[in-house]
Amino acid sequence: MTEAAPLEAAEQLVAGKKLHPLGLLVGCVKGLPGLIFPILALTFGTRSASGDYNFILILLAVLLISLGFRWVSWLRFSYYLGPDDIRIESGWIDRNARSIPYDRIQDIGIEEEPLARILGLATVRFDTGGGSGDDDASLSYVTAQEAQALRETIRERKSGSADPAGATAEDAPQLDNAAPLFAMDNRRLLTFGLYSFSLIIVAILGGAAQQLDFLLPFDLWDVKAWIGLVEDRGVSIETFDLSARITVGVVAIIGLLILGVASGILATYLREYGFRLDRTPKGFRRRRGLLTKTDIAMPVGQIQAAIISTGPLRKRGGWHGLKFVSLAQESDKETDFVAAPFASMEEIAVILSETTIKQAGEGLDFERSPVGPWLDRWIVIAALVAVAIAGLWFALNIFAWWLLSIPAGLAAVLRFQWQRDMHAIDAEQLYARHGWWREQLDLARQINVQSVTISQGPIGRMRGLARLEFGLAGGYLAFRHLPIEQAKLISDTVMELVTPVDFSQLNVRP
Amino acid sequence: MSTEPLTPLDPAYVPVLRISLLMFGGLIAAGAAVIEVLRFLPMGLVILPVLAALAYIIWFVPARRYRRWGYDNSNGRLRIVQGYLFYSDTIVPFGRIQHIDVDQGPIERQYGLATLSVHTAGNHNDTVSLPGLRHTDALELREMIRAHIQSHRG
Repeated sequence: MTEAAPLEAAEQLVAGKKLHPLGLLVGCVKGLPGLIFPILALTFGTRSASGDYNFILILLAVLLISLGFRWVSWLRFSYYLGPDDIRIESGWIDRNARSIPYDRIQDIGIEEEPLARILGLATVRFDTGGGSGDDDASLSYVTAQEAQALRETIRERKSGSADPAGATAEDAPQLDNAAPLFAMDNRRLLTFGLYSFSLIIVAILGGAAQQLDFLLPFDLWDVKAWIGLVEDRGVSIETFDLSARITVGVVAIIGLLILGVASGILATYLREYGFRLDRTPKGFRRRRGLLTKTDIAMPVGQIQAAIISTGPLRKRGGWHGLKFVSLAQESDKETDFVAAPFASMEEIAVILSETTIKQAGEGLDFERSPVGPWLDRWIVIAALVAVAIAGLWFALNIFAWWLLSIPAGLAAVLRFQWQRDMHAIDAEQLYARHGWWREQLDLARQINVQSVTISQGPIGRMRGLARLEFGLAGGYLAFRHLPIEQAKLISDTVMELVTPVDFSQLNVRP
Repeated sequence: MSTEPLTPLDPAYVPVLRISLLMFGGLIAAGAAVIEVLRFLPMGLVILPVLAALAYIIWFVPARRYRRWGYDNSNGRLRIVQGYLFYSDTIVPFGRIQHIDVDQGPIERQYGLATLSVHTAGNHNDTVSLPGLRHTDALELREMIRAHIQSHRG
């Protein structure tokens, strides 16, 4: 006990800063959807004898309790900016004192959700780049000014005396007036939205209708009632002839298409509004979002690989997307840094020229994968289909000729896939192209390779083919099908280049 | 270079594998026994093949896997080769190793063996494990890698 006393005294000397109290409200509201089930359960459970539902009371009570818990946690949460690290202390029963050295912080991401923004608050995320799923620290919520100030302070303290000019130049206000490296205006967003046709909203509405139809006053699924409604208006079922049914069908499809287009555009706008990618002295800075604004930095030295992707329709329109692979994780869903989600190849070339990664040159010799693996897949599926047809014929005397469409269609798909699967290697970089629907080109510098694995399954073994996978910090690049001897050769070549260079000489972490 | 000879694992790894498989097999046999008791299928149709398969696996597989496992730590890299049906050959340069663990499970401890785990900065393959080493050998290997990294750190 006596040893703890001087330590506690030292801790008390440095007063930590608290999070903004208004953040409690934001957190409360944000957490409300998660509490919907308890609220509903309590509402139904505490029905009074006369059948009244105390919904409002229950809602308020639950809100107050949630607020109470959050307030208690808030009391015990504080952060402190030390000379070498940032300290975050939290918890009553489970005391947690975390120290994050500035060296390990790649950068600060600032996120502004809609409700938080209205109140002038923001969430600060510390990117420690520990790989996917790492429990990175974050401060929610501090004032927007505090967030910016924190970012500046940490940048200053990171570079220390080595590069004070660089630190402040990083987010100097005059850089905001400089032209962005890449930006998406509203017209681009609209085009992007059109290409992002999504029927997910239909699935959601359908699912919601199915689950919550008990809340509606009528039965959604009673077809006879729908017909009854129609008959009331003087239209009887006999008059529903073929042309009418076709019209209804066409209207329904058009309705779905409109809904898909609208939801695609809406989702795109919400996510990418005001997209701009700026070049900063150390790397890139990307801002986007309408409801939830994010502001993330990506130092050039930490880019391990680039991924250029496109889709069947986008390719026709000349639209591609550019992502960077690194240790920094953007969010729970997206592990790669999105540099330009919807751009022309010229725009992508401009962005790439600011990194150490070179575009695939014209004279690059791409080698196609052998047909073998795709042929094998087709044979397996075709065999299964043959068995199914034979089974149906002998068991039920049906000749399911329509099943033959499966191998036929599959042949076309597999051929596309095989055509697009190729790889290349030059003096410094690795290139892998793959995918038939979502086409993708991975580019990485050999020096960034962390490990190499050659693997072979039983079928690959029969054919003498293997998979060559290069581990990168934050992802990987793979040559999916190549002769095993060639795989060994390439692996040796890359390892010759990589082994002499120690990790500390790479710029994986600042 | 991928032509260097590979060092095999310690032969005591075979019983370690066998015991782990036995424990896992026990669970499967228990599951099969439950299905037997519930009489879903005719008596013996489930439990006999399952027991036969387990016996085959537990008797033959560990030795076979042991024969197909090897490593090499020359030329400043750690190379681990394993498997036959599912073959893999992984190379990690020492200069890319972040930190090294030497772990011992309870069964390994009984036989004096350990597993060396090497961590890189990558996501994929960010941990590469080499089991079946004598505990002292694993510690020596760790020190050797550490010394190499120390001398080459810029």
